[in-house]
Amino acid sequence: MQLEIKERTVGDVVVLELHGRITIGEGSVQLRDAVSNLLNSSRQRIVLNLEGVSYVDSSGIGELVSRYTTTKNQGGQLKLLKLPKKIKDLLMITKLLTVFEIYEDEESAMQSFK
Amino acid sequence: MMLAENVVELTIASQLEFIDLVTALTDNITHMVGFDDEASYWINMAVRESVANAIEHGNKYDPQKSVDIRFTVGVDALRVTVRDYGEGFDPHSLPDPLDPNNLLNPAGRGILYMRTFMDSVDYTRHAESGMVVTMTKRRMPKQTDEGDQRQDAVRN
Repeated sequence: MQLEIKERTVGDVVVLELHGRITIGEGSVQLRDAVSNLLNSSRQRIVLNLEGVSYVDSSGIGELVSRYTTTKNQGGQLKLLKLPKKIKDLLMITKLLTVFEIYEDEESAMQSFK
Repeated sequence: MMLAENVVELTIASQLEFIDLVTALTDNITHMVGFDDEASYWINMAVRESVANAIEHGNKYDPQKSVDIRFTVGVDALRVTVRDYGEGFDPHSLPDPLDPNNLLNPAGRGILYMRTFMDSVDYTRHAESGMVVTMTKRRMPKQTDEGDQRQDAVRN
């Protein structure tokens, strides 16, 4: 399995801990399904912890954008936590750093929902 | 006798599962010729993007069509060509992923990443069928190459 996803709830916020790769094919599909499941069960405050993500390609970046817009369009919020430097570089190159809300620590991410 | 260039070729079926095979070979080659870890990582990604494009957009996952990858290790540069057998396209007609109207598009960033991480990326139509993308990365001393990567990231 390319991507391992562990779900954790903190108050009314769901934290998805991602480990592995978000690349074209399996990894991107796993992320899409995980976020869709949350939205389908009306859990719309979502944090993606990317600390354990070792590799993301353009498909994975596209998937992050898609999950962000889908969540937003349904009235929810999707934020990113603990971005590895290389993912940050990829977001910067494509001018996406300012699109996402990005946090370095979980406490700050949680506070942002209040 | 020492050859001026060494060539490694690989042909894969149009299946995403084979991309890892190509990038594993890429890592072997980039480390063998002396690129540092940072440069190797981004070359790996450029190759991944080009092969994924060939499978998805070029051959449209047709199992009868292959993707040909050729690594040419020259004295001054590594050159990677990736050929598909699809209908071809005009690379100038693609939407600009940095246009504010396109920022939230789910796709369309792969070629921008390739152009960022390689020194040159050129698309040509093959005389028979499909597209050929040729990417080059100069072989440079380690410290200078790291500096280039940092500048690339900042510049973009």
